Amino acid sequence: MSQDGRLTVALAQVDAALGDRDKNLERHRGWIQRARNSGAQLVVFPELSLTGYFLKDLVAETAVSIESPTVKQLSELSRDIDIVVGLVIEEPDHRYFNASLYFSAGELVHLHRKVYLPTYGMFDDTRYFATGNRFRSFKTSFGRAGMLICEDIWHLSSAYVLSLEGVDMIICPSASPGRGISTDERLGTAESYEILCRTYAQFLTSFFLYCNRVGYEDGANFWGGSMVIGPNGDIIARETDADEALVVARVDLGDVRRDRLANPLLRDEKLELTVNELRRVLHERTRKPF
Amino acid sequence: MSAPASLSEPVFPPLAINAELVKGILVGFIRNEVRKVGFERVILNLSGGVDSSLVAVLATEALGAQNVMALILPYKTSDPKSRTDALQMVAQLGLHHLEVDITPQIDAYFARFPEANQVRRGNKMARERMTIAYDQSLAWRALVIGTSNKTELLLGYGTIYGDTASAINPVGDLYKTQVWQLADAVGVPTAIVQKAPSADLWAGQSDETELGFQYRKVDQFLYYLVDRRYSVEELKRLGFEPAFIEDIIRRVRDNQYKRRLPLIAKLSSRTIDREFRYPRDWGH
Repeated sequence: MSQDGRLTVALAQVDAALGDRDKNLERHRGWIQRARNSGAQLVVFPELSLTGYFLKDLVAETAVSIESPTVKQLSELSRDIDIVVGLVIEEPDHRYFNASLYFSAGELVHLHRKVYLPTYGMFDDTRYFATGNRFRSFKTSFGRAGMLICEDIWHLSSAYVLSLEGVDMIICPSASPGRGISTDERLGTAESYEILCRTYAQFLTSFFLYCNRVGYEDGANFWGGSMVIGPNGDIIARETDADEALVVARVDLGDVRRDRLANPLLRDEKLELTVNELRRVLHERTRKPF
Repeated sequence: MSAPASLSEPVFPPLAINAELVKGILVGFIRNEVRKVGFERVILNLSGGVDSSLVAVLATEALGAQNVMALILPYKTSDPKSRTDALQMVAQLGLHHLEVDITPQIDAYFARFPEANQVRRGNKMARERMTIAYDQSLAWRALVIGTSNKTELLLGYGTIYGDTASAINPVGDLYKTQVWQLADAVGVPTAIVQKAPSADLWAGQSDETELGFQYRKVDQFLYYLVDRRYSVEELKRLGFEPAFIEDIIRRVRDNQYKRRLPLIAKLSSRTIDREFRYPRDWGH
């Protein structure tokens, strides 16, 4: 972070070659260089950016371990710019996770395993992936951050937990296929995501970085629409087209403090009451005989 | 036969589309799915009807007219207007085209089976056109692009391994009434959009007469049945007649086989398409 609390972020709204990790890694190098050239200190790639999304049985074949050369190469690339990349992580016990990795200063700083795996409609995530079991924030040079992958943000509790951890910024890598045509100028999916992301930003008074894919996989289109949203809910930068693009935004991290002074929603949040009520609900649910 | 209502009547609101948005997605689909598997060109059977005319426009926008080949494959009983409409699209878009009169090959075959009915003859023509498209696709290094819409695919109103065969299909998730809207918006001549839909096995044939209902009506029904998953009781409450409901549900169910690959007898623990599941865009 520069002295004045300003940060330049870049969202790499990219396509992916399905199941071709090497080709995608090469493309990542190019986009990271472009992000560097734009002055960005952080570049975010979409969900499963290194492999593509509708992998099916390719999940096992494209997976890498945390100790793999691929992860080392990504670490190397982060020496002078922070990087968020999506890939399939294979654990030593051979469970496969849809994960987003945060690299900084040549190190892996954090790893989020997708918790909410959509398995309905066009999605089949739990057939192939193991389920993540935690939402944790982490420290970056630009304040505290948390990552949520695509479907994670369709569950209000995910972002809520991160917010109570005190994040300044939620990063959401996504591979959202576009659907829902009507007379509107945008797809139904695009409308929903804008509502979600802006709501989180404004009501959790945090920056929200949404990076979605573009391209097509087996006929499904990814609609892009990546956006940087400020802690007052305003969209600071957005790519409206479904083309490959680097969305660059210069943000003032001091906005978090100023917006929380103006709207002290987090200060007034009743965590203990919430936990008690949740416990009660859980108790009442489990108490039911059938 | 009722007058075609493609443009004259208001669209059923849930099936109204933003043509610009849909066109963008479909043009991108063609460009992406063709190029990433190493092709530049597509080839299609251009019947002179609204579906194939729309696909011709989308393909031209995606790849350029120089990369689109239109096949015009009439039979002796085809409506001559179909050919002239197809040629009009070819001229309007500046496409490559190839005409092959399929009469000799159809007649040579059925000379041995003179008792064959219209369904057999119609299926044979559809498959003959398919073999020509696939042969020319190899000669011209092009992918065969399909033109079957969602209504036809759901009702099974097409010939398996005939007109439903293709490498990619940009309009298979658009109902007929949506095809009309999009075709009109992207510049398919009004006369083509408005003419009565026909398989054109003989002059004067009409889809709607043959099916026994109008596309507008069945599209509304399919929207509720397929997209919104209304129950039979709920469909009745919407005012659809029980006989119509039963007929359409039966058609959708009985034609499921046309929408799937052939059944494979399961023996091993990793059977193709059952446990052996890879995306078609594998590696692209």
